[in-house]
Amino acid sequence: MINASLVELRRALDARQVSSVELATLFLDRIAALNPQLNAFITVDRDGALTAARAADARIAAGDAGPLTGIPLAHKDVFCTEGVLTTCASKMLSNFVSPYDAHVVSLLKAAGAVSLGKTNMDEFAMGSSNENSFYGPVKNPWDATRVPGGSSGGSAAAVAARLAPIATGTDTGGSVRQPASFCGITGIKPTYGLVSRYGMIAYASSLDQGGAFGASAEDCALLLSAMTGFDERDSTSLERPVEDYAAALAAPAAGRPLEGLRIGLPREFFAEGMADGVRTAVEAALAQYRALGATTVEVSLPNAKLAIPAYYVIAPAECSSNLSRFDGVRYGHRAGEYTDLPDMYGKSRAEGFGAEVKRRILVGTYVLSHGYYDAYYLQAQRLRRLIAEDFKAALAQCDVIAGPTVPNTAWALGEMADDPVQMYLSDIYTIAVNLAGLPGLSHPCGFDAQGLPVGLQLVGDYFSEARLLATTHRFQQATDWHQRRPACAR
Amino acid sequence: MSRTDWEVVIGLEVHAQLNTASKIFSGASTAFGAEPNRQTSAVDIALPGVLPVLNRGAVERAIRFGLAIGAHVAPTSVFARKNYFYPDLPKGYQISQFELPVVQGGEITIRVGEGDKAYEKTVRLTRAHLEEDAGKSLHEDFHGMTGIDLNRAGTPLLEIVSEPDMRSSAEAVAYARALHALVRWIDICDGNMQEGSFRCDANVSVRHKGATAFGTRREIKNLNSFRFLQQAIDYEVQWQIATIEDGGRIQQATVLFDPDSGETRMMRSKEDAHDYRYFPDPDLLPLMISDEWKARVQADMPELPGAMKARFMDEWGLSAYDATTLTASKEVADFYQATVSFSGAGLAKPCANWVMGDLAARLNKAELDVSASPVSPAQLAGLVARIADNTISNAIGKKVFEALWNGEGATADEIIDRQGLKQVTDSGAIEAIIDEVLAANAKSVEEFRAGKEKAFNALVGQAMKASKGKANPAQVNEVLRKKLGG
Repeated sequence: MINASLVELRRALDARQVSSVELATLFLDRIAALNPQLNAFITVDRDGALTAARAADARIAAGDAGPLTGIPLAHKDVFCTEGVLTTCASKMLSNFVSPYDAHVVSLLKAAGAVSLGKTNMDEFAMGSSNENSFYGPVKNPWDATRVPGGSSGGSAAAVAARLAPIATGTDTGGSVRQPASFCGITGIKPTYGLVSRYGMIAYASSLDQGGAFGASAEDCALLLSAMTGFDERDSTSLERPVEDYAAALAAPAAGRPLEGLRIGLPREFFAEGMADGVRTAVEAALAQYRALGATTVEVSLPNAKLAIPAYYVIAPAECSSNLSRFDGVRYGHRAGEYTDLPDMYGKSRAEGFGAEVKRRILVGTYVLSHGYYDAYYLQAQRLRRLIAEDFKAALAQCDVIAGPTVPNTAWALGEMADDPVQMYLSDIYTIAVNLAGLPGLSHPCGFDAQGLPVGLQLVGDYFSEARLLATTHRFQQATDWHQRRPACAR
Repeated sequence: MSRTDWEVVIGLEVHAQLNTASKIFSGASTAFGAEPNRQTSAVDIALPGVLPVLNRGAVERAIRFGLAIGAHVAPTSVFARKNYFYPDLPKGYQISQFELPVVQGGEITIRVGEGDKAYEKTVRLTRAHLEEDAGKSLHEDFHGMTGIDLNRAGTPLLEIVSEPDMRSSAEAVAYARALHALVRWIDICDGNMQEGSFRCDANVSVRHKGATAFGTRREIKNLNSFRFLQQAIDYEVQWQIATIEDGGRIQQATVLFDPDSGETRMMRSKEDAHDYRYFPDPDLLPLMISDEWKARVQADMPELPGAMKARFMDEWGLSAYDATTLTASKEVADFYQATVSFSGAGLAKPCANWVMGDLAARLNKAELDVSASPVSPAQLAGLVARIADNTISNAIGKKVFEALWNGEGATADEIIDRQGLKQVTDSGAIEAIIDEVLAANAKSVEEFRAGKEKAFNALVGQAMKASKGKANPAQVNEVLRKKLGG
């Protein structure tokens, strides 16, 4: 049951082979057993989950079940959950119980999904290893000496270790796709504006986007369909009809189901810097795609190399402002002793924020300062436009762009702790996608020599989520990488 | 160097609170005076994860203002974050507009001074932009601590910035008054200065007459009455002149006006000025205003004071002074127009005299706004009509007005009838009264005959008194002259 797909779980729930309460209990018990080692969850909400599961069972009994009714899931601790601790993995919010639900959380509640708890992450979603957490690092289920990726490391590890069948995440520069790659699962970041950011604690508002984790594209499709939809409380939310991504997967699998699909391979992504194990797995996956009928074509993203510098101006600039509300005045951590107002601000924030958050606030404050704004912030926005234009030109020549999600596989805990820039560089393939606002997906496509999962990233045009998911689904119908599990979940 | 060799340069920044029911970025109420922190939504207190959504009503009011002052209403404007830490600023930034404001340019014509020295002047506006208000820090009542009330946080403001076109405190006050009248006229702001709905900051500098460059300015913050505006500028100007004449230099600074001492004092110098790190708010899309939207707002626009003034002069024959006075506020203009609608346009001029004269004086004495006048436009028009048709004299009219004010009758006619105030025009009755007066005042008759014109007036007065004011004064004059053989 722990490795069942959502379709199988739905069937079992509807056939009363298992109740939602039994299912929730099964996963809660796995969390109780495995979380002490993996540290994927910050908060486990057993009572809330069982209450929701009982309600879901009643809905199922009443014949009122939707696709996710009774399905357990986990929320990244960046989403506000009413009555439940919402920390963003920060000491700053270590005492913050949200009085309201994020839009995504309320949508999934309304769908009858059962939240098991809140997953660990890099503090305020800043990081690529989940080591920047006030609650300690998350361990990679494939190798507990390695990082799970970040910032949504807890959600990715939870799904990989089958502590939850599906989980929500957020992706600002790769924070869904990169941990999905490191943990050997599927993760999708939709087009910017598709998932409401209301109640999703902001890191970099113009880049942040909610996303979905699952073992497969099919599971992701079911979750994402329930997360999207216009929300008038988010001015950047897009007013368009909700799509049923799962229905888009239903076409029968023919011998060459991807006949006619043109896959663009950015020259720059295959040039250098990629680990051998990653290259081998990605090329094998591309061969598989060709075998399924797709053709590959070389494309170019000449400005992609500028994505990291542009990102590390824009994201810190926005975060330096977004995190100003954490001042110890109304909620969150306040220093125990202080002499006056500036001292209270200074101490509360010095104590409440971790090193990486402070680093980015400082960078952001600097680049927005008088006299530097044009040279940094405006210049970065120009680069951002160039990058978006690159993608537009490339996507005129192909239907989807493919490449490695990350240049390497999961690194060892602590390996990059003293070298933040090296860690920033590992997001080279994912960050440009956020800058352009495009949808991106990572799916497992093999393992390196150390047995660590490798992810392949697909990027499509705006609103091409259905295509990305369907393309992955065809691949997953023909392969079993997405069914491989770490030892703890076999 | 004497005071007259200096020229004063003033520009004003006015924060007008827009009269929307809800806040600019949240659905919380904007009503004044609630218990602290009862009108605060999750957005207003800046909980983690919340996002702003722009109130269309606030934008509509900004468009209305832009159209009213002939400004460019920007088809695209941008909300920016002004970053600084303060406990009553919950997000740690204020959402405002910086590089691209919604209203650009425009002008307002002001009338300065009174009588022969009055003159008109056009003040140019730089811009007007939308922004949110902050909350309030309460330093009293909390021993050793500060209380925070966020009810006001997120209240929509239109910050209206003038060019440095004013050359005296009188001009500054005239501009502030004209702006105050306008925002109330077009119903975008209640103008309540005690409640902080209309607050002025004055940028003041001095320079030698004939100089082309501006002097260094100091900004006087948060002036919440026209009197304080005038006092603060006057103090600041003499202080700046005295400082320079004593060999000092003016440093750019922000100052506060202390109404108790009548002085301004430094709040912060330029060195302490914040670096607000403005950047476009990524939570809000650029504000797009279509021509259609502007046209809809224009269609709803009331007649503006300038146009109304011209109409009063052209159609009703009022003087420029009368027309200006009657259009100084929407309430007065509304009252006046309603009065004329009852009296007919033929009586527009006497109606104007009553509204500007006796009614204004009586309201002033009672400290009432014209909208709360106990005498209604219909009642006033009825009174004016009776004076015009000679039913009563002007003097009796004042009595009838007072009776209407005191609620002694529903109409002027009712009061005239009940109190028997109808003017006596029966020449027989008047002659009888005059005969009595002449008989009883032989001395005055003698004096008049000896050439003292004053004695004639005394006799008229006696005759009017004898008629209890009801005799037609013109007739009394005529009959008296005839009888005296004059």
